[in-house]
Amino acid sequence: MTQQANRLESGGILVRERPVEFEYDGIRYEGFEGDTLASALMANGIRTVGRSFKYHRARGIYTAGSHEPNALVELRTGARREPNTLATMAELHAGLIAASQNCWPTVRHDLMSVNSALSAFLVAGFYYKTFKWPRRFWTNIYEPVIRRAAGLGHASGKADPDRYEKSYAHCDVLVVGAGPAGIAAADSAARAGARVILCDEHARIGGALLNDRTEINGQAGVEWALDAPSRLSRLGVKVMPRTTVAGWYDDNTFAAAERVSDHLAEPPKHLPRQKLWRIAARHVVVASGAIERPLLFSGNDRPGVMLASSARAYVNHYAVRPGSRAVVCGNNDDLYTTAADLRRAGIAIAAIVDSRSAQEPSDVALAGSLVSQAVGGRSVRKVAVTDLEGGARRTIKCDLVCVAGGWMPNVSLLSQRGVKPAWNEGLQSLVPPETEAETYTCAGACAGRFGTQECLAEGARAGRRAAAAAGIDVPPGEAAPFAASGPFQGKPGGQSRVRGEAGKTFVDLQNDVTARDIELAAREGYGAVEHLKRYTTMGMATDQGRLSNVNGLAVLADVRGVPVSEVGTTTYRPPYTPVTLGTLAGHFQGRTWRPRRLSGFHDWAAERGAEFVENGLWMRWNCFAQPGESLAQAAAREVKAVRSGAGMCDVSTLGKIEIQGPDAVELIDHVYAGNLRKLTVGRSRFALMLREDGMVFDDGTVTRLARDHFLVTTTTGNAGRAMEHLEYCHQVLWPKLDLHMVSVTDAWSGLSIAGPRSRDVLETVVDRLDLSNEAFPFLSAADTSVCAGVPARLMRISYSGELAYEIYVPYQFAEDFIRTLEERGKEFGLCPYGLEALGIMRIEKGHVAGSELNGRTTPADVGLEWAASGTKSAGYIGRALSAREGLVDPEREVLVGLKAVKPTQEIAAGSHLLNKRGSRTLADTQGYVSAACFSPTLEQNIALAFLKRGRERHGEVLRAANPLQKREILVEVTSPVFYDPESDRVRR
Amino acid sequence: MRLTCPICGTRPLEEFTYRGDASVRRPPDFNPKNTGAWVDYVYMRDNPKGPHKEHWFHGGGCSSWLTVERDTVSHEVRSVKLARSARSGGR
Ligand SMILES: [Zn+2]
Repeated sequence: MTQQANRLESGGILVRERPVEFEYDGIRYEGFEGDTLASALMANGIRTVGRSFKYHRARGIYTAGSHEPNALVELRTGARREPNTLATMAELHAGLIAASQNCWPTVRHDLMSVNSALSAFLVAGFYYKTFKWPRRFWTNIYEPVIRRAAGLGHASGKADPDRYEKSYAHCDVLVVGAGPAGIAAADSAARAGARVILCDEHARIGGALLNDRTEINGQAGVEWALDAPSRLSRLGVKVMPRTTVAGWYDDNTFAAAERVSDHLAEPPKHLPRQKLWRIAARHVVVASGAIERPLLFSGNDRPGVMLASSARAYVNHYAVRPGSRAVVCGNNDDLYTTAADLRRAGIAIAAIVDSRSAQEPSDVALAGSLVSQAVGGRSVRKVAVTDLEGGARRTIKCDLVCVAGGWMPNVSLLSQRGVKPAWNEGLQSLVPPETEAETYTCAGACAGRFGTQECLAEGARAGRRAAAAAGIDVPPGEAAPFAASGPFQGKPGGQSRVRGEAGKTFVDLQNDVTARDIELAAREGYGAVEHLKRYTTMGMATDQGRLSNVNGLAVLADVRGVPVSEVGTTTYRPPYTPVTLGTLAGHFQGRTWRPRRLSGFHDWAAERGAEFVENGLWMRWNCFAQPGESLAQAAAREVKAVRSGAGMCDVSTLGKIEIQGPDAVELIDHVYAGNLRKLTVGRSRFALMLREDGMVFDDGTVTRLARDHFLVTTTTGNAGRAMEHLEYCHQVLWPKLDLHMVSVTDAWSGLSIAGPRSRDVLETVVDRLDLSNEAFPFLSAADTSVCAGVPARLMRISYSGELAYEIYVPYQFAEDFIRTLEERGKEFGLCPYGLEALGIMRIEKGHVAGSELNGRTTPADVGLEWAASGTKSAGYIGRALSAREGLVDPEREVLVGLKAVKPTQEIAAGSHLLNKRGSRTLADTQGYVSAACFSPTLEQNIALAFLKRGRERHGEVLRAANPLQKREILVEVTSPVFYDPESDRVRR
Repeated sequence: MRLTCPICGTRPLEEFTYRGDASVRRPPDFNPKNTGAWVDYVYMRDNPKGPHKEHWFHGGGCSSWLTVERDTVSHEVRSVKLARSARSGGR
């Protein structure tokens, strides 16, 4: 294991008694608890941490935050491998394994850097210009090569073994960002009586206080920040470090991703890896700070070039030396703070290059100059410094270049909500407007207010204002004043770029967008800022351009010869930083993807070896296959059992709605097609609900239990929608109707008992009802009881085409009931059957289901015009528009039956019907097959289909073509009712 | 987004389903010569910029149909009323 050669002897916020071993690119290193992966790599002298996106240039650590463009690594191994993780944000933990990415074979010797030699071709708009033709090159050459050469990390390709959660939180005041302004805001809002949540993306709260040497109320700023969590917790503030507020949505709702156990090798059993919070806040204080602006010069991407504030963070916060001989360059007084901090860490200062000419030159301070070029490969070796007035150049040896180009308020989150920042000439940056918004307050550096003292004071004011805006009765007075050192030194002056240097000047480091790309795009007509973004990909990196945006706008303004204020800016969108898909999914995956609904008969069926199938949320019986039986064989056996004896099938999942009240019949009459007014008590009827446009919405039964009391059933799939529809009709269309309705779907468990022996079976359980054909004919209904006193509802309804009943018992009796029925039904051959058998029987009988009632069919299309005959004047829903020309067109496709001419030939559902002779084009299609099966009853393949003028074409032979399966067979058109066309069997 | 149901209070969006424009009126009678009014009712919708009255269903709560006045630009919800009381007549 190598030593931490660049580690300072003392200082930093580290737990030095706890060394941490980790692995990077196969080599073991040591760091300390409190390190990030970036600081630990730096401590071990690792300079090149990645290869750039397009040109594969060596890149080093550039920042100490979430706007890091270069240090993207693959973290962990196996199924836990996570690509594109920021080394600057990843907390070091024992056993951490990381690998560099976008390099081949290694980050030190990257063969793909040949791209640099071809760089003349990789300019802005290159993708749009070059890869257009020939077309075949796309799949064979361009795609694979580009994918190999350009691109970041790779996903593990394995199922994620970890858990993710979702959580909800409500507060009066949400504070985003816990630097001095955020901490002060949370403190004063809580003291004013508000419920406060404080989020920060870093492992520790404190922001710049952790990275700079400041003083607050006589205490070191860093100590003040480290004490803040306990201080704030005592005030009732929920402090959430490691939590990135990623999105800001309507009604002040926020999405925040908490990295609960990313700082551990493996999450403990009781904890998720990450948690997605939905935070509803009455008011938000945006205290997201500011990002230092990079400088543009040739080779400004060489490892060793970094933000001056980040260099300070590495020496002060992490106690590591980012280099040994530094050039500090910029346009503001932060240069001198930086130089002082570096010197304290034992780093030699080769030069302080200040672009402002007014600065007093000294032995190392060069006034009126800027770095114009950095030279080096895997590390910067020297820089060229150009005198801005005379143009004289000198070369200075160094291995660290700290750049300080002023500060850019971090306006990402505000921009998500449409707040437009404006160009501030004094700060040379985009600053959010000063507004007294109802829902948010902007505080600290994010508002363009810099310096520790001002951030604290502004933060405290913002906290009180936020509490008041959240409806808290804030006690009068002022927030306690702060006495802090650390005045703002970052106000830029003078020039920030030497133009006309040879070599590459990078504006967007992560996407390899150079100043020349921007100039080219502007020349080619993509000078509008939104066009520029798409044409060059500037600002499309993982930080959405927080680091590159202002420099890009300045270059663009320069080329176009306009002030930056006229260039405009692009809009930031959620998420603030990338959020893993696992976190967004939460626990909604696998078995817990959505709830499962189980009928009262489920356990019994599972015991009997039922195969289940999902139908909406329900688990329904598909078949009861006996050992060695296929699904088709089981279904055929079940069909035969029903047709020859008796079967039972779970119909609990059908929607069941009770409608009760003096005007119940009025509502029924409005919502169902046809005339249901005449339905007498104790009778059921098959009925159709239409949409207003005349199409069938749902089918089911209507039963009149009493004069003022109806029970309607819907299909399983439409149960929820039908209820919503009925409520709409009642509450919105006919609010004066005196009635109530309630869904009783879950209250009653139901079985369909079907087959010639079904009456015999039922007689063994029904207590007193006379079930004879005379006393209880087809479509009778009754409230009755079974098994000596269990309440039951019985309807004589058939879907299978046999004598059949639907019987419902209260859910809690379901299991006992089916066990009793099974026992007593044995002597009549009672056999459970599933959806597969039911599907066959309904096709044999020509009954329509979801594949026919597909939203494009009218009652007449499916042969149910009798159900929609309305002689009455009051229109039911759907009646008015049913009369439209297109819906009564004789050319319409209507329901027919099909028989395979060769009985054993399978008819594929979805096949097109074509005339026996003629072309095989879509224009010639005569219709399509909606459902098909092998009928065990007819011993041949049959189907239901929609066919143009189908009623007139029974007997005709057509081709059923399925180009997807490359199959075409001959079929004969028949009536859709294959089985018992007179329906004698249901009436016996 | 949240809606404040007059019966259930302020609840999250996923408890509600959206239906559409609440200002359209169902023609009172079926008159075969008057399909135009029905076509307007079923198909024709304005797409206003600004305040918009719309119907929402509180299926995850009290099963009330609500008339929500919402600004289509700012998404600000100005009022939420029970649909049955927001509109009188209709039968
Ligand atoms: Zn409600």
